[in-house]
Amino acid sequence: MIEALVFYMFALTAIASGVMVVVSRNPVHSVLFLIVAFFNAAGLFVLLGAEFLAMILVVVYVGAVAVLFLFVVMMLDVNQVELRQGFLQYLPIGGVIGGILTFELLFIVGAWQFQPDVSAAIAAAAPPPDQVTNTQALGSLIYTRFAYLFQAAGAILLVAMIGAIALTHRKRPGVKKQKIADQIAREDSIELKKVETGRGI
Amino acid sequence: MFTIGLGHYLSVAAILFATGIFGIFLNRKNVIVILMSVELMLLAVNINMVAFSAHLGDLMGQVFSLFILTVAAAEAAIGLAILVAFFRARGSIAVEDINSMKG
Repeated sequence: MIEALVFYMFALTAIASGVMVVVSRNPVHSVLFLIVAFFNAAGLFVLLGAEFLAMILVVVYVGAVAVLFLFVVMMLDVNQVELRQGFLQYLPIGGVIGGILTFELLFIVGAWQFQPDVSAAIAAAAPPPDQVTNTQALGSLIYTRFAYLFQAAGAILLVAMIGAIALTHRKRPGVKKQKIADQIAREDSIELKKVETGRGI
Repeated sequence: MFTIGLGHYLSVAAILFATGIFGIFLNRKNVIVILMSVELMLLAVNINMVAFSAHLGDLMGQVFSLFILTVAAAEAAIGLAILVAFFRARGSIAVEDINSMKG
């Protein structure tokens, strides 16, 4: 009973804020509603027993990605009124396609059943939650069986970091910066002297 | 109604996913909101993964969800960097203005 009420609270808030992300007029409000949606999805994860992913969702998404979005929205000086033109023009086709997709997905959910032998296909059975915590179980899986995939995920993040820096870095003309290599390579500023042993200069 | 099963979570994920698709169609002037819609769709996929993982007692879904989170974070960073570079070059982020390759 309590679980059902908490589920409906999280689910309805997540869906409502998801809709508000899409339809709100101001991109800053969209980002803030996205943060609300992520928080509620984290609540759903906790209800499902995936505590580690819930915390990762809050830390990574709310703490990093949403703040990045907020930063970019505020940094780009875009015309708000102009952005909304054509909103009503695309509303019918978007509504039709979104409605059809929702209907299809819900239809699949309603008509869907597990195969009887699905329990034989379980690849990594979860240990009993009263003995091993969710974080521990995930860690013992990621660092052993999926160690290479874990390294690949790190490589993806490294590539993304280098790519983002390379894309946004720019050299401004007319800015005076210290160039140490040029300074050292100047002919007239450095004089080489041969110092004889025991004599000094 | 008051016993929450797998179908409830899958329905929430389906509605969130469709909302993301709807947002991509609706916001043709603003690439930032399109990127946010993509994030919403990835979140819906994660909810699906975790729901199946909890229902079947298989941790594989949560591992997948972790890697999806990684890729989504990288995608957001690269997408926003491209957006900033594009805004510097053209002074606009409308989808209609992104046509210099005549695709």
